[in-house]
Amino acid sequence: MSGAADVKSLPSPRLKRRGGFGDKLDVAIVILCALALWQFGALTIGSDVLSSPALALKKLYTVVTDPDFAGHLWETGRAFGTALVLALFGGLILGILLGIHRFSGEVAEPILSALYAIPKVTLYPVILLLFGLGISAKIAFGVIHGIIPVTLFTMNAVRNIRSVYFRTARSLRLTFPQLVWTIVLPATLPEIVSGFRLGFALTLLGTLIGEMFASQRGIGYMLIKAMETNDVDMLMALSVLLTVFATVASAGLLYLDRRLHAPS
Amino acid sequence: MSRASWYRIVLLAAFLAVLELCCRLGLIDRSAVIPPTEMIAGARDALSVAATRHGILLTLESVFASIVLSVTAGIATGLALHRLPRVHRALDPFLASYYAVPTFIFYPVFIVLFGLNRWPLVAIGFVFSVVAVVINTLDGLSRVPRALVRTALALRLSRAQTIIYVTFPAAMPWLLTGVKLAIAYSFIGVIAGEFVLSNEGLGHIIAFAYNSFENPTMYGLILVLFVIVGGINMAIWSQERRIYERRGGR
Repeated sequence: MSGAADVKSLPSPRLKRRGGFGDKLDVAIVILCALALWQFGALTIGSDVLSSPALALKKLYTVVTDPDFAGHLWETGRAFGTALVLALFGGLILGILLGIHRFSGEVAEPILSALYAIPKVTLYPVILLLFGLGISAKIAFGVIHGIIPVTLFTMNAVRNIRSVYFRTARSLRLTFPQLVWTIVLPATLPEIVSGFRLGFALTLLGTLIGEMFASQRGIGYMLIKAMETNDVDMLMALSVLLTVFATVASAGLLYLDRRLHAPS
Repeated sequence: MSRASWYRIVLLAAFLAVLELCCRLGLIDRSAVIPPTEMIAGARDALSVAATRHGILLTLESVFASIVLSVTAGIATGLALHRLPRVHRALDPFLASYYAVPTFIFYPVFIVLFGLNRWPLVAIGFVFSVVAVVINTLDGLSRVPRALVRTALALRLSRAQTIIYVTFPAAMPWLLTGVKLAIAYSFIGVIAGEFVLSNEGLGHIIAFAYNSFENPTMYGLILVLFVIVGGINMAIWSQERRIYERRGGR
């Protein structure tokens, strides 16, 4: 993943946080530009292929107010929540263990990055055969997508902890849980949050893909149905919904990330 | 070979042996997972069919096109965004949440745009992988030591010379990570597209084998895919190690 952390690095001075009103304005401009581009695209290739923003938003409103929608949302939310907890904490624990025990980390790293690189969609028959149709297959799909990046990020962060910290821990005779709680976690928190950002997005993707194949309910099922019936308005409406949700969550984590990375 | 590599091989062999044993002893249902030896036999049988080989070749072609396009476009976009820090900062939350939207749902749109051929699949691979290249390029560029940039200024290098002789070599580990992700994501995008919607290519053949309960073919071809992707990944990984070692160790 983002290796080579010990090549001396300096964040670019121009990218200092300014925060405040200017940033919010810039984000608003980006959103407006994206909407303009979308509208332009809809006009050029025709709204039966790519529906315009207005149409998609209108559709989104009808979808969200539909009484069935709450059920789909609950189904996806439940699967995604469970998968997220498993992926984040599983990845965190694995990453810390592999980071502290250097040799097993060295053995595991190429295996993990190879697992990260394989198209996990092809594993869907295997997952279905092992877990059956239903929520556990969706959760498994979310977890296999999300757990590896979190593990790799955490492992690299733990490896880069200065060894004087570990020597201090030894001279203070800290037990292993104490070592993790008082030294490893605080020292690696910023990188862990970066890993969580990626893990969040990929777990959501995995859960949705799982739903597309292995479910009769949920947002992923609505997506594949819209795709099969070529319901472009529905596709765009759901994409907007997912993008907004993922972006808001990611912006929250990014805010945390910048706070933690900032020199105190 | 290093001690870690030996452990890795032993670990993989042990995993395969345990899987083989569990399947043979009936601890795992044969209709779910078949023993690795039968997977290898299945791969051999599947590869002896000319149509399958043709499908694999088609997939590799599309993946290659997607990799080339996303690496060039991604690095160019990264360079441009690095010069425009304000745009970069405003785009940041969108870049990070990009991967939560399953891009292959836009396949129908791409089909209308590009026609019923391999290009919609290349497009899916491209949109899926280009953002990873952009993110890593930006990451690498922001970590170029300022002393190097000042040296380039002092030597009056032109902008192109600075990029070729200073920026790219200094940001190389991150650029390589971007390339690695572009390869992985191009495979994922193209094969996922074939899986869901295409009627040719490796992804389609695997999905077809699953739907017709041909477990040996399905597992055989999944194995072939893993070997291809794993092999490429390992090759880049060892190349990466060499670069790190030249820079004074990891």
